[in-house]
Amino acid sequence: MKEEFVTLTIDGEVIKAKKGSTILEAAKQAEIDIPTLCFLKDINEVGDCRMCIVEVEGKRGFATSCIQKVEEGMIVHTNTPSILEARRVVLDLILSNHTKDCLTCVRSGNCELQELAIKLNVRNIEFPGEIANHKIDDLSPSIVRDFNKCILCRRCVATCKNVQKIGAIDCINRGFESSISTVGNKSLNDVNCTNCGQCIQSCPTGALHEKETIDDVWNKLKNPDFYVVVQTAPAVRVALGEEFGMKIGTNVTGKMITALKRLGFNKVFDTNTGADFTIVEEANELIERLKENTHLPMITSCSPGWVKYIEMNYPELLPHLSTCKSPHQMFGALIKTYFAKKEGIDPKKIYVVSVMPCIAKKFERQRDEMKNNDLYDVDNVITTRELARMIKQANIEFENLEETTFDNPMGEATGAGAIFGTTGGVMEAALRTAQDILTGKSLQNIEFKQVRGKDGIKKATVNIDGKDINIVAASGLANAQKILEEIKKGKANYQFVEIMACPGGCVMGGGQPIKTSKTRSRIDIRKLRANSLYSIDEKSKIRKSHENPIIKKIYQEYLEKPGSNKAHKLLHTHYMEREKYNI
Amino acid sequence: MNKNLNCDNCNCIKKDEFLEKIFTIYKPEKDNLIQILNEIQEHYGYIPMYVQKELSEFLSIPMAEIYGVITFYSRFSLEPQGKNKISVCLGTACFVKGSQKIMDRLTERLKIEPGQTTEDGLFTIDQTRCVGACGLAPVFTVNGEVYGKATVQKLDQVLDELMRH
Amino acid sequence: MSHYLSKNVIYDKILQKNKTLIHCPTSVSKRSDKMKTVNELHKIREKKRKELDLRINTKADTREKHILVCHGTGCTSSKSPEILENFKKILKEKKIQNVRVIKTGCFGLCAKGPIVIIRPEDTFYAMVTPEDCEEIIQTHIIEGKKVERLLCKDVDGSIVNRLDELNFYKKQKRIALKNCGIINPEDIDEYIAFDGYEALEKVLFKMTQEEVINLIKESGLRGRGGAGFPTGKKWEFTKIAKGEQKYVVCNADEGDPGAFMDRSILEGDPHSIIEAMAIAGYSIGANKGFIYVRAEYPIAVKRLEIAIKQARDYGILGKNIFKTNFDFDIEIRLGAGAFVCGEETALLESIEGKRGQPRVKPPFPANAGLWGKPTLINNVETYANIAQIILKGAQWYSSIGTENSKGTKVFALGGNVNNIGLVEVPMGTTLREIVYEIGGGIPNGRKFKAAQTGGPSGGCIPKEHLDTPIDYESLKEIGSMMGSGGLIVMDDTKCMVSLAKFYLEFTVSESCGKCTPCRIGTKRMLEILEKLCNGEGCESDLYRLEKLATNIQKASVCGLGQTAPNPVLSTLKHFREEFKEHAIEKKCRTLECKAMAEITINEEKCKGCGLCQRHCPVDAIEGTAREKRIINQEKCIKCGTCLSNCPFHAIG
Repeated sequence: MKEEFVTLTIDGEVIKAKKGSTILEAAKQAEIDIPTLCFLKDINEVGDCRMCIVEVEGKRGFATSCIQKVEEGMIVHTNTPSILEARRVVLDLILSNHTKDCLTCVRSGNCELQELAIKLNVRNIEFPGEIANHKIDDLSPSIVRDFNKCILCRRCVATCKNVQKIGAIDCINRGFESSISTVGNKSLNDVNCTNCGQCIQSCPTGALHEKETIDDVWNKLKNPDFYVVVQTAPAVRVALGEEFGMKIGTNVTGKMITALKRLGFNKVFDTNTGADFTIVEEANELIERLKENTHLPMITSCSPGWVKYIEMNYPELLPHLSTCKSPHQMFGALIKTYFAKKEGIDPKKIYVVSVMPCIAKKFERQRDEMKNNDLYDVDNVITTRELARMIKQANIEFENLEETTFDNPMGEATGAGAIFGTTGGVMEAALRTAQDILTGKSLQNIEFKQVRGKDGIKKATVNIDGKDINIVAASGLANAQKILEEIKKGKANYQFVEIMACPGGCVMGGGQPIKTSKTRSRIDIRKLRANSLYSIDEKSKIRKSHENPIIKKIYQEYLEKPGSNKAHKLLHTHYMEREKYNI
Repeated sequence: MNKNLNCDNCNCIKKDEFLEKIFTIYKPEKDNLIQILNEIQEHYGYIPMYVQKELSEFLSIPMAEIYGVITFYSRFSLEPQGKNKISVCLGTACFVKGSQKIMDRLTERLKIEPGQTTEDGLFTIDQTRCVGACGLAPVFTVNGEVYGKATVQKLDQVLDELMRH
Repeated sequence: MSHYLSKNVIYDKILQKNKTLIHCPTSVSKRSDKMKTVNELHKIREKKRKELDLRINTKADTREKHILVCHGTGCTSSKSPEILENFKKILKEKKIQNVRVIKTGCFGLCAKGPIVIIRPEDTFYAMVTPEDCEEIIQTHIIEGKKVERLLCKDVDGSIVNRLDELNFYKKQKRIALKNCGIINPEDIDEYIAFDGYEALEKVLFKMTQEEVINLIKESGLRGRGGAGFPTGKKWEFTKIAKGEQKYVVCNADEGDPGAFMDRSILEGDPHSIIEAMAIAGYSIGANKGFIYVRAEYPIAVKRLEIAIKQARDYGILGKNIFKTNFDFDIEIRLGAGAFVCGEETALLESIEGKRGQPRVKPPFPANAGLWGKPTLINNVETYANIAQIILKGAQWYSSIGTENSKGTKVFALGGNVNNIGLVEVPMGTTLREIVYEIGGGIPNGRKFKAAQTGGPSGGCIPKEHLDTPIDYESLKEIGSMMGSGGLIVMDDTKCMVSLAKFYLEFTVSESCGKCTPCRIGTKRMLEILEKLCNGEGCESDLYRLEKLATNIQKASVCGLGQTAPNPVLSTLKHFREEFKEHAIEKKCRTLECKAMAEITINEEKCKGCGLCQRHCPVDAIEGTAREKRIINQEKCIKCGTCLSNCPFHAIG
């Protein structure tokens, strides 16, 4: 279909804009900036905050530029004195009902409200009055809600309800009493929240943030009794640099390792190595299931938000989940057993910190199943953002660091482990190993481009050793739901399914650097970060997990073989049905 | 449906029957939510939490959304209501005729605010908008019965009467 | 779509308790054997019309008498159902023939209720009690005399023999309320008798969709819900909107405090709404209608259900209406107590089962309404005009009213005025005519101070504008608006700052909370007004109030927020002095703002009658016998009871 255009004038500029686009989009074309607050492209386009109001000649009242479509011959003004005054009053009102402890706020410096207050030159609150007073909910292991900083933009609600199809939070009460909350104002811990953290990613202010556990890390680092080991997930290295002003998707692996060493960790390991273990175990599990034709399709289990989701919503499908622990859990378990033994350290004194792009991992590490000999596999999970804060706190000039490499004896990883951090990556990595095992050869066609890219659901059929295997990779829980419904209704004929809770996979995880609405609507963040991971993969000497010499060595020395009893004890887990609501 | 529901009041079995009836009569469509809530409010006098949970399953709507709807509409309540429900009309016609004084007296005597129930469970008080009896302004209603041309004295009489029983 | 709990049982329960409830058995009935052809309808009309001639013709040639008992909400709450039952019982006991007792909708003069009218002679009995029935039957029916003590008295004290002698009715012109108080709303035949469903027949057989829409356009009818958008245009937009499925919606979520015309129409003439919705459905190409009505209106809901059922039985709703290809059916949806749902897009959200939060417009409902489909939404009173416009023509209708506001408007007259009730007057009638001629002036010898129209969306009109002809434009010009038609009269004991505060309290509690200006802005306005009323304000508060108000008007998403500042802006404009007194002198001239008030007794005016003393709830008034009274300021709680009880206006 041929695209149609309309011509309109914005602030005197004549603009040719696509028919069906909004005034906001048309203005962007001409580099005319209209401030927004509640707007989040494709997710929350509701026009509630009233920051984006503009005047359209001949129309009564202000128009909502994030919603109103362009029309032929429209004459738009975005900055008349009357608009500026109204915007200023609206912002004043928002600020009048907002806890203004900006100096100590977790979002200070990266707050869309703060940015607007600076831009609109707010010097005092003209209309002060009663401030809503809500209790802070910090009972969830992953998310803290401080609704005294909430501005009712509802970006989180739209994300939770529409993008993830969870609906753990919604707008309750009405008028001035309105707030974003859960059923009965329960803690997120007691409702159907999966801890994916996408709400945090969409929050413009400090109303939603991760449960910060940096202080525990500092305490252990300064305590000589502890041997503190850190491991970093694949997606962290392609996002951490953003917190230091570097370009989105920059690969900062070397600098990150140096920073971690400077912070005082005894060992800096790579979760990618853990991912290699996951692949080997999971590929074997898949092959077993294919052979026995049971519990197919097999569904991946690396994403803890996703695991909680299926436990709450589709317990009947739990046998389909791979029993493999997620990479950092496997790795944690090996650090406290194999590594401890090898280095002669008392496992009780080892403190394992995982740096993750994910906040659901904070919940995952506390699960009872994630223990071995009464010791948690992982003792603390901090996010990419938290690591950046630690680095800043330690006065390290990240940008100028030299690059170093991961520590031995567990420092080598494959390209397969790296791509774990993006949607389709786990599947691709597993297929590389599975096809080698099944054919008994080392195959060269290792790139499965069918499962790469931006789509939320990617289906393909791959031929391995003469057999067609139907695969699907889905990211985002709304997409997961679609696949699960297919499976539940018997409409699907998949053998292998990869699901990640966050849309786009771990690179877009709830623990990653938060980008403003404006950045999100202009730049494809997922693509930049994912591409960076794919290029790490491409440049890797070894790109198949089972060919990683460390993996081979540890199986030889310690685990015997994939799927062995010992492997099962350390690297596998089980799941349980969970009540959605603890009411 | 879960047969062994915990609820704050007794006669659980009866309640279950009611819910089951609702769930057979209404289709599990989202737009029936408010209609069903109206039925539940009428039947139980409030919307108990366990019913919200059942409803969430039945309509496939997250509980937070149902809770959001309940707290949006003033007709729905989350708490059981008192034995006697007294509402004072604060519509304009009644307000102009001094209904605020009636309300003040009511809160003063029962020591609760509009929307609350007395500790003994005897009274719930509320303010309403126009009940359509402007000709009798100011009015208050007791358990649905309209008392027109109200005065503080009249309210006192009614309260005394209700307290005696 | 949905089914409802069947429950006539519950209905009876509700009506007994006069308590709000619920549902309508809309389970679609099968083709009934009661189905009527067009010819059969004609026959019913002819026969019934003769039978009911006495209802509107005082000289009707009949030996029958009809005792009409008002069953509007006001009269029902003062026991009119008991009166009806008593009449029936007594007639049966006395074996009197040729007398029928009929329940009707609202007569309008609610202050005189319960009302009983006997036709054809049109005798108007006011404030009847169930105990009076015996006497009415004995004296009026059997002896043919009037029960003098029950006859209605006009404001001047003169006895009124007949309804149409009342000044209250003289200036009225009833179109929307035509059948209210004339027919039994629960009997479709009575509706049919007075031209009912003739317009639908005419439209289906003789008119194209365009012709109907053009007729409505030419009539000049504008939306009666508040903003006054031309109805015909709305129909046209919805008709030309693309979409297979379209809907017709009736907005019966009447929420303005003090307005109850929609309820009266639904209670008194429900079929007129059904007929108009069917006509609208035909015109825009919709086969499905929804009536969204407040659950707080149980009687209206019940009568609507009965009417829908009867219409279905007769084949007037359902498939192939009058054997044409036209299908149309209606479902009732109940509101649950949110004023904002009167806003059309919030109402749509609510029908869809969600929080009633308005949508940003455009797109308008005509293009994207219920479930995103083109939807026509009109208010009850608007629909009530349709059938008659179809039957009597656009010219007839547009000959009534003013240049830009055609037809009549129903007002709910209330507050400090003698005749409280529902009045329907031609557009262009002046406020003075309504207040003084129809309303009978201000009681207790007080002075007119202001009239409030449009409820929380409207404004106050001071006495300088008493001669303004009431129509959409002129009301807007003086800072108020038509709104749904609440008209509250205030005498000089009312404080305008406190009134503005009252409306803001309402808006704040009814704001949906979606957009910032309304959610926080109205709250801030209220806080400023509270300061002023508590004597804690200052002059700059007035400017801040104005700045906030004008920006909330401009920046809010929906009509509620956009009009919420009106009561403040209009009182600020017309009664600025009073605001200044509050802000600067910390004084409230009416003493309504208690925090600033000191109530004293004027020595010269006090006659020592002691009435104030007797009424004082806290014994704060001192003095004995015929002594002039003095208020003990320490004891005084400033409740104002003495004020309203002093016959000599000596207290202030």
